[in-house]
Amino acid sequence: MGILEVKGVGKRFGGLQALSEVNLSVKENTVHAIIGPNGAGKSTLLNCLVGKLIPDTGSVMFDGQSVLGRSPHEINQMGISRVFQTPEIFGDLTVMENVMIPCFAKRDGSFELNAISPTRKHGDIRDMAEQMLIDVNMQDKRNMQASSMSRGDKRRLEMAMCLVQKPRLLLLDEPTAGMARADTNNTIDLLKEINETRDITMAIIEHDMHVVFSLAQRITVLAQGTPLVEETPDNIKGHPKVREAYLGEAQV
Amino acid sequence: MLGLDKKDFTLLLIVSALVLLAPLLLNPFPEGSAMAQFNAGYPDLMQRFVIFGIFAIGFNILFGLTGYLSFGHAAFLGAGSYAGMWMLKLLSMNVIPAIIFSTLIAGAISFLIGWISLRRSGIYFSILTLAFAQMAFVLAASVLTPITGGETGLQPALSDPRILPEFLGGGSVTADGNIPKPSLFGIEMTASSEVAVGNWLWTLNWGYYLSGFMMLVAFYIAIRIFRSPFGLMLKAVKSNQQRMSYTGLNTRPYMLACFVISGMYAGLAGGLMAAMDPQVGAERMQWTASGEVVLMTILGGVGTLIGPVLGAGLIKYFENIFSKINKATLEVWFGVFPDWMTDLMVTIVYPFIGKGWHLTLGLMFMAVVIFLPGGLVEGGQKIAKLFSRKKEPETPGGEAKPAE
Amino acid sequence: MDQIILQILNGLDKGSAYALIALGLTLIFGTLGVVNFAHGALFMLGAFCTVTLSRMLSLSHEVVDETRTDFLGNPLKVDVPYLYDIFGETTGAAIIDWAVPLSILFSIPIMILIGIAMERGLIKHFYKRPHADQILVTFGLAIVLQEIIKYYFGANQIPTPAPEAFVGSFDFGAAIGFDPNAIIYPYWRIVYFFFAMTLIAGVFAFLQFTTFGMVVRAGMADRETVQLLGINIDRRFTIMFGIAAAVAGLAGVMYTPIVSPNYHMGMDFLVISFVVVVVGGMGSLPGAVLAGFVLGILESFASMREIIELLPGINQVVIYLAAILILLTRPRGLLGRKGVMED
Repeated sequence: MGILEVKGVGKRFGGLQALSEVNLSVKENTVHAIIGPNGAGKSTLLNCLVGKLIPDTGSVMFDGQSVLGRSPHEINQMGISRVFQTPEIFGDLTVMENVMIPCFAKRDGSFELNAISPTRKHGDIRDMAEQMLIDVNMQDKRNMQASSMSRGDKRRLEMAMCLVQKPRLLLLDEPTAGMARADTNNTIDLLKEINETRDITMAIIEHDMHVVFSLAQRITVLAQGTPLVEETPDNIKGHPKVREAYLGEAQV
Repeated sequence: MLGLDKKDFTLLLIVSALVLLAPLLLNPFPEGSAMAQFNAGYPDLMQRFVIFGIFAIGFNILFGLTGYLSFGHAAFLGAGSYAGMWMLKLLSMNVIPAIIFSTLIAGAISFLIGWISLRRSGIYFSILTLAFAQMAFVLAASVLTPITGGETGLQPALSDPRILPEFLGGGSVTADGNIPKPSLFGIEMTASSEVAVGNWLWTLNWGYYLSGFMMLVAFYIAIRIFRSPFGLMLKAVKSNQQRMSYTGLNTRPYMLACFVISGMYAGLAGGLMAAMDPQVGAERMQWTASGEVVLMTILGGVGTLIGPVLGAGLIKYFENIFSKINKATLEVWFGVFPDWMTDLMVTIVYPFIGKGWHLTLGLMFMAVVIFLPGGLVEGGQKIAKLFSRKKEPETPGGEAKPAE
Repeated sequence: MDQIILQILNGLDKGSAYALIALGLTLIFGTLGVVNFAHGALFMLGAFCTVTLSRMLSLSHEVVDETRTDFLGNPLKVDVPYLYDIFGETTGAAIIDWAVPLSILFSIPIMILIGIAMERGLIKHFYKRPHADQILVTFGLAIVLQEIIKYYFGANQIPTPAPEAFVGSFDFGAAIGFDPNAIIYPYWRIVYFFFAMTLIAGVFAFLQFTTFGMVVRAGMADRETVQLLGINIDRRFTIMFGIAAAVAGLAGVMYTPIVSPNYHMGMDFLVISFVVVVVGGMGSLPGAVLAGFVLGILESFASMREIIELLPGINQVVIYLAAILILLTRPRGLLGRKGVMED
């Protein structure tokens, strides 16, 4: 029984069947990659997991509880965090404030009217955020305005904002999209370290096979809205069905 | 100090000193001098400075922190005024129940309007608040006449019950048969003591000091909100709502709480208005009045602490003092030039002053939106930076801290 | 039955004005993506074009009339418009009488120029700024424009009558078989309605059947693609702003006999016209027209005596109520596209 169990999920947009009969099982403390050609329904699936979309059929269970019909903030409070394709951060705020906000969400829940006590008096929150910044090696940038940083730094910040909540499942949507080789390798190392030292399960959508094969313990191949195979990386490499799905896309 | 850091505490001290000394500072010209018409230190006007200051501080908590532009805040101001007036009619002329009740009523109404309007964001939110406020305005002027007095408005009357005992401001009639005046435990709001020093005349008015004190309280609470985790969450709403919900935070209650707090500030301002000058009309709720508080906040500096207060003061000064300059005054000013030049200068300047002050205000407002999105506060900071840069070269390698 | 017809007719002229203003607003929003709070001011400027023209036409010089004397026995001095000297008295008087319709020709070039100047001088710099900034700067502009008008024309209403031929009312009821005087409708309002319909049809035809209009419509749907095709969409959008200004101005010109122009008439109409745009669907031209008429008629039905007795005050708030209901149940409005300004 995996920590995330997706069963028979289908989603239709008008005339387009974006997902049909998707089954997926993500085991605790593994890195599970979801790959597939463009338009295979990877992002739609991800959006169904975090509450942005509600599937027409099927069930999505996280740790034995259904996530269907819950709003994104409730699902996050259950322990699922998400990293976006283009980093979604609080651009107007400082790096430190960006990391403190998820700390408050972790400690106080989805709403708390903390309108009078000054932010700086919340020592536990400060310590949590400070430690996280050290972990991702951003402590010297703590007072920078987040939107003024490079794309790579924004990505790292977003990752820190998710990690500081100690999620049980981290969803990553193409975390290395548009990155240079060196940055990509750094990200791979960072993710590996997170998976090994923090016991965080990860589901990752990725185009870059180098990233997929460096990280994933299991891979699901999605094509035209349905899963083709779910296998270990070694078995995926030579799989005929996968070759067929990617025909024309010379990435494998 | 008081839970503020040093910088904020200094700011609070400065503002307190300004409020305390305003009757002196705003009367810099001796009585009877040619410049005396620019004195703004009379009670009526000073009360308006601080009351509209409260209104603008509250509006800024909403617009400055979250970026939600409400065009309906005058409805809460008006509701506060009516509520306060009813307390003056039913309970007592003591202003304390009036301002408490007006704040609560405005809070309740803003909860209702906010609960509906906040289902939408952006321009739709602005239009919804505008629609609600216009509705409140036309209803107050027509159907709600039993509550609002319709077009004649609402004022205390000899027949009002005022059920509280006399020492708490109750009683329908004073001993000499007049309508009692709003008071604070026996001290009438209109009571003033005049201090004359040489040719200078300063009026220290109870109503002003009560309103000023309330503004300081409002200002202090605003600082605390700005520096609190709640304030941080509101800034996060403005910055990125998507990230906010994927961080496990529910934006709706944050926005609603903010909207209600902001509405309560407007209600407090409305209640004080009724207490200082006991008559309320529906025009206080018109959308142009909502527009005015937008002007104040933007002009002073949206999202800054002190900006809205400055903006409120500036606009009220314009409205009451600048607007009184007439052609004759101008002719005296430009009298040093040859005649043809005097005429020319008067012709050029006249449309912008006196009755034309709205034109100057509109132009200033546009200039601020175009060139100085941070308002007068940003302008002040830029000038200050210009001077400090001349003194000392830039510190190398220092990370710039984003402006608060 | 006659009541219903009467209310529909009453709603039509107000609805025409709403529709025209909302149409211009939507043109600007759809093309430039700008929320223009100064649009009511353009309506007001149009009305004052009429005032200006009628004053220019009646410019007079003093002539001593030897045949008549004043009460002191001196020869009477009378003001004779220059037009009388040029065209003779009958034609001259007719021209002055027809000042309002003539203002249509007079105002079109002026309003287009004002619109283009506004877009090039101010709005252009606000395309990339948040909508709140656009609202604020155009709100400031509206104040400035209305104060300028107030300075030159004063704060009072300036009556501008319709031509003699259109004064009076048409007994609509008698014409279609009801009792005489059951449905009476002023001639000028009929004129206004047909004028509005013609103008609306003209704008739609222009967008539908000319190449210029086609490019603009394509640009409204997908600005980037059109620009990638190498078409200079910006210049066309500037011209559209001029046209939108002219539409608002013409609405104002023809409205002058119905409501005498005053400097704050723009602000009065602004709030309602934004409500109309939102109800019709932000960015939808047919939606703006439809919502204009629907709300105009709704308003006049709500002012029927029977309904007011039932729900006091409903006539004053019905438009806002409709807007609130629509925004909550159908956020994109009657005919709006999905996703416009939803964040």
